[in-house]
Amino acid sequence: MLLVVEQFLNGLQFGLLLFLLAAGLTLVFGIMDLVNLAHGSLYMMGAYFAATFAAWTGSFVLGALMALGATLVLGIVLEVTALRHLYGRDHLDHVLATFGLILFFNEAVRLIWGPAGLALPLPAWLTVPVPILPGIHYPAYRLAIIVVALLVALLLYLGVMRTRIGMLIRAGASNREMIGALGINIKLLYTLVFGLGAALAGLAGLMQAPILTVQIGMGENILILAFVIIVIGGIGSIRGAFLAAIFVGMIDTLGRAFLPNLLRQVLSGAAASTAAPALSSMLIYLLMAIVLVVRPEGLFPAHRR
Amino acid sequence: MKGLSVSKAVTALMLAGLVLLPLYSSLSGNIFILTLFTRIVILALAAASLNLIMGFGGMMSFGHAAYLGIGGYAVGMLAQEGVGSGFIQFPVALAASAIYALVIGALSLRTRGVYFIMITLAFAQMAYYVASGLARYGGDDGLTIYKRSDFSGLIDLSNRTQFYYLCLACLFGVIFLIWRIVNSRFGLVVQGLRSNEQRMQAIGFPAKRYQLVCFVISGTMCGLAGALLANNTDFVSPAVMYWTRSGDLMVMVILGGMGTLFGPVMGAVVYLLLEEFLSHITEYWALIMGPLLLLIVLFGRGGIMGVLGRAGRG
Repeated sequence: MLLVVEQFLNGLQFGLLLFLLAAGLTLVFGIMDLVNLAHGSLYMMGAYFAATFAAWTGSFVLGALMALGATLVLGIVLEVTALRHLYGRDHLDHVLATFGLILFFNEAVRLIWGPAGLALPLPAWLTVPVPILPGIHYPAYRLAIIVVALLVALLLYLGVMRTRIGMLIRAGASNREMIGALGINIKLLYTLVFGLGAALAGLAGLMQAPILTVQIGMGENILILAFVIIVIGGIGSIRGAFLAAIFVGMIDTLGRAFLPNLLRQVLSGAAASTAAPALSSMLIYLLMAIVLVVRPEGLFPAHRR
Repeated sequence: MKGLSVSKAVTALMLAGLVLLPLYSSLSGNIFILTLFTRIVILALAAASLNLIMGFGGMMSFGHAAYLGIGGYAVGMLAQEGVGSGFIQFPVALAASAIYALVIGALSLRTRGVYFIMITLAFAQMAYYVASGLARYGGDDGLTIYKRSDFSGLIDLSNRTQFYYLCLACLFGVIFLIWRIVNSRFGLVVQGLRSNEQRMQAIGFPAKRYQLVCFVISGTMCGLAGALLANNTDFVSPAVMYWTRSGDLMVMVILGGMGTLFGPVMGAVVYLLLEEFLSHITEYWALIMGPLLLLIVLFGRGGIMGVLGRAGRG
């Protein structure tokens, strides 16, 4: 029982983290029609910035806030110098150009921080287990991730659906020429959206950093999960990304936790322990394949243009 | 000069260079260059196969490296289990790649555009994780192949020059095949589907079936490259399937010129030589390579072949 609740919460936490990453990706794709592979690099930079700033200031929270600002600025610089010129180009051009950016970022990190990973230690008050149910404790930090990510998701929803800027963003997604003709500075709007996406990726990276080590290439594996999520959820749909992210986070975590035992019931011990790791890492891709067979446009396709 | 464009001349020069390379290598005693070019030729073969679906068919596969791994693992696993004959290893490698392409293609071709890019990427990554989980065949660490494929005296793969010429023959064979495919009725239909799928469908062509067959042919060709690559390195590991490798293949195709017959070969030669050259200058070669790719995308439309074509027209 304890294990089930704990793994369930782990799945939720991982899913929410994936949502932060996928939201930025799907926002940038939905609005600017830009495929950004380097989104994972922004996630990585968020983690590196946080580790560095936290070490400088001696405070985890201060470091995290500074890192958030730094990824926002980095995203804006990236958009203005490079990615802006890719709007309206072929998707293949996006893939190649941002692939080049990944190479650049990985190498730049290796040059600045060295090939060995960094650690981002947590302050003591975040390491204590918190009682969530009678007799069941859960690490405070993971709980904090869940709360922060839910809060950000809520703010994102309110921001996009209820504010003037959000209205402009949605309008820009459905017809960029028209909104430009109405006197809105569409360039500035795009830069803002990209910066927001970058900050979300950075937030995901810096929150994940204390759980895993901060290392080169950390953004790449999780970026592919984010792709799977937006394919399942429907590209351009934030609501779809949210639901798909929770779903994928759960399936991945619960699969890894319980599949080996389940297999052991059916197969012999040796066969089960061989098949389990491969099968549990395949699980979400199988899920994606099933979704594609049933709904090729994803579960919650955004309004098609 | 009429009839001899700059791009044709450069292509002919490059091909002659590839054929004569072992001669240069043995005369100068530079063995390294032969090893390097064996790798280049094999990856050029992979890039050419990708070009068939990407350049001619308009299917942007971002998971082509999976076939390199599947072809390689077919050779490695059979060798591990004591089946050393190339007459078994290579057909198995091709068949395994074809079956994988059939399944992945049937699923992925339900989507298009950017979905297709992401799905092929995700499936290749799945293949990567599966290979990492193969504890019996080395898992993450990969699988050493102690004996190269044995073609019972017909050709000796351990002989550098013979192996190089085998790879080159495979490359030429595949390009010849692509040339025949592209100019056949089948190839014209596939290219028509790239330009306007709806119209082709309206005329009455079963679009998906044509694309799937093309996808499988391309995957099988790349499986051949995988089997050769495993023999070249005497080693196969999940890393050959990692998604950056798929990206490399895409870069080679674009760099050389998408939808041209010899563009991918040119792209592979230039890209890999550039990588080799830059890594000699600095350990941090990707710091230059990355922005270079960005510039190529922004300014080099049509790749090297496109630039040469424009130069030819003056």
